[in-house]
Amino acid sequence: MSAHDASADSAIDTVVLVVNGERRTVDVDDPRMPLVFVLRDRLGLRGTKLSCGCGECGACAVLVDGVEERACMLAIGDLDGSTVTTIEGIGDGGTLHPVQVALLAEQASQCGYCLPGIVVAASALLARDPDPSETTIATTLAGHLCRCGTYGRVVRALRRAAVATKGRAT
Amino acid sequence: MNGSPPAPVDRWLSIDRDGAVHVFVGKVDLGTGIRTALAQIVADELDVPLDAVHVVEGQTGITPDQGRTVGSQSLQSGAPPLRAAAATARKILLERAAKQLGVGVERLVTRDGVVSVAGDEATQIAYGALAEGGFGREVDAEVPLRSAATYRWVGTSVPRVDLPDKVRGAFALVHDIALPAMWHARLVRPPAVGARLVEVDATSIAGFPDVRIVREGDFLAVAARDQWRTLEAARTLVTRWSGGGLPDQSEVYERLRGEASTEAVTRDDGALDAAFAKTKAHEATYRWPFQSHGSLGPPCAVADVRTDGATIWCASQGVYLLRARLAELLALPEDAISVVYEEGSGCFGDNGTDEAAIEAARISCALGAPVRLQWTLAEQLGWDPKGPAMLSTLRGALRAGRIVGWEHAVWTPPHFRLHGAVPAPRADAVAGDRNATVDYAIGAQRVVVHIAPHAALQQSALRSLGAAHNVFANESFFDELAFDAGADPLRFRLDHLDDSRARAVLERVAELAVWRGGEPYTDGPLLCGRGIAFARYDGHGAYVAAITSCAVDTASGRIDVREIAIAHDCGLIVNPDGLRNQIEGNAIQATSRALLEEVHFDRERVTSTDWSRYPILRFPDAPTVRISLIDRPEQPALGAGEPTTIVIAPAIANAVFAATGVRLREVPFSAARYLAERGELRNVTISSMRPSDRVRSN
Repeated sequence: MSAHDASADSAIDTVVLVVNGERRTVDVDDPRMPLVFVLRDRLGLRGTKLSCGCGECGACAVLVDGVEERACMLAIGDLDGSTVTTIEGIGDGGTLHPVQVALLAEQASQCGYCLPGIVVAASALLARDPDPSETTIATTLAGHLCRCGTYGRVVRALRRAAVATKGRAT
Repeated sequence: MNGSPPAPVDRWLSIDRDGAVHVFVGKVDLGTGIRTALAQIVADELDVPLDAVHVVEGQTGITPDQGRTVGSQSLQSGAPPLRAAAATARKILLERAAKQLGVGVERLVTRDGVVSVAGDEATQIAYGALAEGGFGREVDAEVPLRSAATYRWVGTSVPRVDLPDKVRGAFALVHDIALPAMWHARLVRPPAVGARLVEVDATSIAGFPDVRIVREGDFLAVAARDQWRTLEAARTLVTRWSGGGLPDQSEVYERLRGEASTEAVTRDDGALDAAFAKTKAHEATYRWPFQSHGSLGPPCAVADVRTDGATIWCASQGVYLLRARLAELLALPEDAISVVYEEGSGCFGDNGTDEAAIEAARISCALGAPVRLQWTLAEQLGWDPKGPAMLSTLRGALRAGRIVGWEHAVWTPPHFRLHGAVPAPRADAVAGDRNATVDYAIGAQRVVVHIAPHAALQQSALRSLGAAHNVFANESFFDELAFDAGADPLRFRLDHLDDSRARAVLERVAELAVWRGGEPYTDGPLLCGRGIAFARYDGHGAYVAAITSCAVDTASGRIDVREIAIAHDCGLIVNPDGLRNQIEGNAIQATSRALLEEVHFDRERVTSTDWSRYPILRFPDAPTVRISLIDRPEQPALGAGEPTTIVIAPAIANAVFAATGVRLREVPFSAARYLAERGELRNVTISSMRPSDRVRSN
């Protein structure tokens, strides 16, 4: 962008979001600012991680109106009125989501940088498909990178979560 | 420098009045789970509940200096001094209890942080009361350690202490630290490596409110009040640079050979010339490319530099060495600087994290305010120091089905640098020679290390250092000789091994994978096969053997690693599930390195700067990993953070050969490389080259 644009953008606007069930008003001086920076630097929700900044790794995954999105690819100016769920909003109050319980049971993490994005994506997957196969899980998470190599553990954890959820439902 | 203990017990641990134990460790948890394992060791040696132990890692002035957290050494050499300190502390507590209770030490027992009289459990004193005022004694290096039979935590899969917060996104990594009035900064990188900064046009970002430019020679950074504005300003800033550049990537291996200036013979059994004189030698050359650490979270640090002191939060593998460098740069006394380890993203070696800390400190110093600096992914993949390219030529001679002569000549730069400085050439090329020597019983073995003073791209330690390449070369070549000898690759290895622990991992992995030779088979249009590899890490570390099952699409050249079986012996196992997590992670990451990873560069800079141009393995392509652990409680615990990495690439290459007869001698095993190598076979039909046929015909 040019310097001229930066000046033009400095007129402050506000965007209203519902983040993890709470109404938040964000002062926007640059409508192109990606959501990930709003969450981390403006709203203090640092569970969402910034990595590639170009939608390739999944570390910043959040739900926008229930759909998994890359927070690094969404301009805040386009989100007025949206409902956003971050890792902090997964689970019910103090209770862990079944995905989180299963990830703990399988000890499916090492450094954990990719984990918030995976938890968010997996919760969305189980919401629409309560009993995904290992192949479905791996395909759904193909956009999430883990450098520590926990893929196998994560897939096993999500199968475990599916079985646990099914057991509870029946 | 690893693990050498400062003498006072109080430097290693303290016990609060309420029984909480604080352990001060010079090693840091790089996401591997070592924090949990060290707590297990201390809990057992002190005889306290595991949840009473709190590990404080890597903080200058507070934790002991145990060198850098490298080389899978945290349990191997980092834990023993800690264990000795805990054992000494328990001995002191027992002596104090004996005095207070008026009984002999021999009548006392400990349990869960309480000393009591044997047979009279009501007469007891808690550690918290006994430890008041500290220990005031030196660590007794000869102190008797508790026997493995008494362990309650070591040897069990206690859950990692960090994961409950990590699954909730509540674990604060270094990336998540925020100080009041903090600036966000980033470097402006030149268009070519080594370019000099000629001009900065500050007016080009005049439209950005509240942005600062920091320029010191060729060091150029911008800082703003939020990260997004910083990125935008850095993108917008108009600069002019001159010079710089890189050599032609297609000449990397020739240059490595040409520039090697030091030669070290690290093993020479003699009699090699005689062995080769009598037999026709088999010769092959293997290549390993530049690879990136590829951390998911790029390096990040937060610095608060003031006129009279500084605090730097970062994920450094060596806080004391970093402090010394910062003291020099900031012209502050070392004791005025605090370097605090905060966990980052898995680094797998020196991924540039210390540079990020130094950059943050310089910018904070210039601005007189706290600064947070996070590299972009393009910076990380483009500018992190790389695991360097290596080259090996092996010669081997067979007689009567045995290897009688073996020569390994390896070309390598040093695999280490510290804060930009590369050490003078050393005989071992700073781990460039790691695992160049094989642990097989061979008639005569000779290893020559040719050391280039530097690499085309700045090099550093990447998981397992030279061992990844050297074991790829050795274990591929071993298979080539097995094929020449008409021998089963497993049997051929066992026939050349005396060490019972080495034999045990091979026998165990063969059992786990139900090995029946490379057993090529077809799956529709795919040619499938299995490959085996073995190594003992660094000649004195963990023993590991792997069998991979691979499927090759001979039309497209695509190689799919479907399953990896691993047998692993690292002596005493502290946390079996934590160990499995490390082994499985190594296997998947090493599969990624073997199949996909090569850093590309043009004549100016690295071009593999995002996950499309530096692809790593993704969920759908991850192999199934099956693991068999051999526990040896009577043996010292050996590190497990790297050993599995080194056997994966050769086990894949050997499987591809078993499946197709195509021998891959250069990493990565891309589809294009497979097709090119197959083309080399020309007049020979693929099926007639399949080793099973060949073995049968012999």
